[in-house]
Amino acid sequence: MLGRYYRFQLTSVLSFAHRVTGVGLSLGSVLLVVWLLALASGPWAYEQFAKHLSAWYGQCLLLGWSWALLYHLCNGIRHLAWDLGYGFDLKTAYRSGYAVVVASLVLTAVAWALACLR
Amino acid sequence: MSSPKDLRSPLSRARGLGSAKEGVRHFWAQRVSAVALIPLALWFVFSVVQGSGAGYGAARNWVAAPAVSVLLVLLIVTLLYHSLLGVQVVIEDYVGGEKKKLAALLLSKFTHALVAVAGIFAVLRIALGA
Repeated sequence: MLGRYYRFQLTSVLSFAHRVTGVGLSLGSVLLVVWLLALASGPWAYEQFAKHLSAWYGQCLLLGWSWALLYHLCNGIRHLAWDLGYGFDLKTAYRSGYAVVVASLVLTAVAWALACLR
Repeated sequence: MSSPKDLRSPLSRARGLGSAKEGVRHFWAQRVSAVALIPLALWFVFSVVQGSGAGYGAARNWVAAPAVSVLLVLLIVTLLYHSLLGVQVVIEDYVGGEKKKLAALLLSKFTHALVAVAGIFAVLRIALGA
């Protein structure tokens, strides 16, 4: 595969992940709207939707989506800093890259911990 | 190259191609919507965490609160706009052939419009109590 010919770097992997999470979040926007439509349609429709969402596969999707959202958010801020001309040297780009990975994981964990504690 | 019958000047033909397209506007719109989405997305995640496990009634009351309805419509519009711009770049990068590319871009535009309108409609229906 690609790994034999191409040495992966953190920066390129994060860049690709930004795209992948972006497309994933586009699909996630459909989920948000379906949730709103179910809510607008009445208790029965909402129940059908909530059933799927609270099932194991629904929770897995939600976990993936929440991380994707928080990753895209953190890395998006990194991109905006670049657009303003900050953090372009290699060392800083790597540091901010690691920071984005850690921040997105920590934020996801905190969000789920708070949600589960409720 | 241009045939002798072509009355358009070379400059006129160059416009709308390459760097004379609307790249700058796209770039700027993507950044502006990104900045707007930072507080909106954080607010949304925070709200979902706070309201997790709440039932139908609580969720409806939440959406129906005026401030929440306004923020949700803003979120939907900004999110779908940002998504449209992002998906457009992905299609332009990976879909080969002008016809296929055009078809994919049209499909993306129509789908984004549908999702945005459906989302706004659902929020308004709950907010206005129909």
